[in-house]
Amino acid sequence: MSDAAIPTAARSAPITMVGPIAWVRNNLFSGWFSGLVSMLLLFLIVKWALGFIEWGVINAVWSVPNNQTQACRDLKGTGACWAVITEKHRFILFGTYPYEEQWRAFISILIFIGLFIVSAMRRFWRKELGLIWIGALTAIGVLMWGGVLGLNYVPQERWGGLVITLILATFGLAFAFPLSILVALGRRSKLPAIKALCVLYVELIRGVPLISLLFMASVMFPLFLPEGMNIDKLLRAQIAIILFAGAYLAEVVRGGLQTLPRGQYEAADALGLSYWAKTGLIILPQALRLVIPPLVNTFIGFFKDTSLVLIIGIFDLLTAGKTAIIEPAWQGFGIEVYLTVGFIYFCFCFAMSRYSQNLEAELNQHRVR
Amino acid sequence: MSTSMEAVASAARADAPPAIMLDKVNKWYGALHVLRDVTLNVALGERLVVCGPSGSGKSTLIRCINRLETHQEGTIKVDGIELSDDLRALDAIRREVGMVFQSFNLFPHLTILENCTLAPIWVRHMPKAEAEALAMEYLERVKIPEQAKKYPGQLSGGQQQRVAIARALCMKPKIMLFDEPTSALDPEMIKEVLETMVGLAETGMTMVCVTHEMGFARQVADRVVFMDRGEIVEQGPPGDIFENPRTDRLKLFLSQILRGH
Ligand SMILES: Nc1ncnc2c1ncn2[C@@H]1O[C@H](COP(=O)(O)OP(=O)(O)OP(=O)(O)O)[C@@H](O)[C@H]1O
Ligand SMILES: [Mg+2]
Repeated sequence: MSDAAIPTAARSAPITMVGPIAWVRNNLFSGWFSGLVSMLLLFLIVKWALGFIEWGVINAVWSVPNNQTQACRDLKGTGACWAVITEKHRFILFGTYPYEEQWRAFISILIFIGLFIVSAMRRFWRKELGLIWIGALTAIGVLMWGGVLGLNYVPQERWGGLVITLILATFGLAFAFPLSILVALGRRSKLPAIKALCVLYVELIRGVPLISLLFMASVMFPLFLPEGMNIDKLLRAQIAIILFAGAYLAEVVRGGLQTLPRGQYEAADALGLSYWAKTGLIILPQALRLVIPPLVNTFIGFFKDTSLVLIIGIFDLLTAGKTAIIEPAWQGFGIEVYLTVGFIYFCFCFAMSRYSQNLEAELNQHRVR
Repeated sequence: MSTSMEAVASAARADAPPAIMLDKVNKWYGALHVLRDVTLNVALGERLVVCGPSGSGKSTLIRCINRLETHQEGTIKVDGIELSDDLRALDAIRREVGMVFQSFNLFPHLTILENCTLAPIWVRHMPKAEAEALAMEYLERVKIPEQAKKYPGQLSGGQQQRVAIARALCMKPKIMLFDEPTSALDPEMIKEVLETMVGLAETGMTMVCVTHEMGFARQVADRVVFMDRGEIVEQGPPGDIFENPRTDRLKLFLSQILRGH
């Protein structure tokens, strides 16, 4: 038997250092200079974190009796005055909604969150989900307006806070997303009229700031309506947001449509699929999962852009927070309020971001070999 | 292979009504004249191989047959239905005509089984269970039933092309079009796909096949059509075309093909 006939013995893989200690050694302390920089940054981070804990926890005042904010003012900025949140959290969350009825707004918020969670789970992605949405939104409408089932009527002008933000964002995206798909498909239509209409819509809406659209919706739009007819201000802002988001999302969706090779369209055509079957079963499922990152990027952007409604006097979460500290006793505690409001926005946006990453990985499994 | 069998088969089909009729078909891409007065009848059950140099309009020709491309002049009739802007006629024709592409064009986000059941369910409105049974039957025919739950990206090129054939067959077409089904494949995979196509030919399917696989053409084709610059230059039984080319263009083409192999 010659040497060549003997198969080479299998060797074990070279030893590589793993684990956090190895990572730190390889990445942070690989030489004297990087070690120095790492130490310096570590020092700054620890110092800043300790300072924040001291301000936000150790020196903080958590509650004060009857709007007596002297205790907070005595801190002279060395500690946080969380008392403002303790005192004003219901105003921040529910705005000017009647105090005794605020449980209704609270349940509405819970329904919204429940709706998001259910919609996020793939096992609920069936036709029934549409019914769940209709049911949930009806329940929210009944709770917020009242006037039936023994609930007192609450006019829309008194709604405010987080509920408004969730209403604007949820309805906004729930309508803007399907609209954007239609517009994106329309831009690729062979019918010149439809194509022109879609291009016009996207270019017009994208060309103006959201603020000016909101102004138009709140100030100019009523001028065109016949005498006596009045469309709810919130609804007008909602429509402006839907139109605005729709134009942006349409371009994202169109980007996805363009990445599909022509062969996919041809194969679907050759099998005799109708336009809508082809679009719904072949084209969109592939195009949309390719654009999940930019889609979610736009979603998150619009979730936060709903705060612009403050300029037409709608009480969303941010406006409520701002208004909470107008009262003389609580003036000067903006940091605490804005941190809290920012944290609420962050929770929603971060959840969206994490979820989209999971979804992307799950839906794109077929690309992994 | 066996010329006697071939002769018997084609004789039996000679009087059948044509499955595909092209009459003086002309097509232009802008100013480029890609099909010039193409007249061609394909009988029911006939196996036609189309060959010709690159850019001669072979793909365009067969893509006109199921109207992936539209022609500007002349008439095309498939299964007795004339191709026009009438969408109902188009739907009817696409149900009867299956197509296999050079680049497979499977739907990557669907499993192999879903690829095969999609059209029966959505076009033929077949119940899901029935469509799946049918799909499994054809996947067995192309010898990959065990891959049914995988995604196209997990299969080799040859396997993907066989799935593409099964997918088209699930619509129970009367006519199958193949546009260079093996030219994107490695040599060892070409064989498995060609074997599948030979098997299909044995069932009596009407086939129009653009290919340069001369062995395949000899084995199954009733007739070979040679195209050049948008025209049909020569046609006849594979033996005649390959052994006794009459035109210089075909002679040149054959010499290039043979050198290539
Ligand atoms: N969509 C198109 N637009 C413009 N010209 C085209 C288009 N498709 C094909 N052509 C041109 O039409 C001519 C015929 O193309 P066709 O694809 O039918 O050739 P072919 O015989 O299939 O060639 P190959 O063997 O390379 O596939 C070529 O010159 C090609 O460049
Ligand atoms: Mg071609």
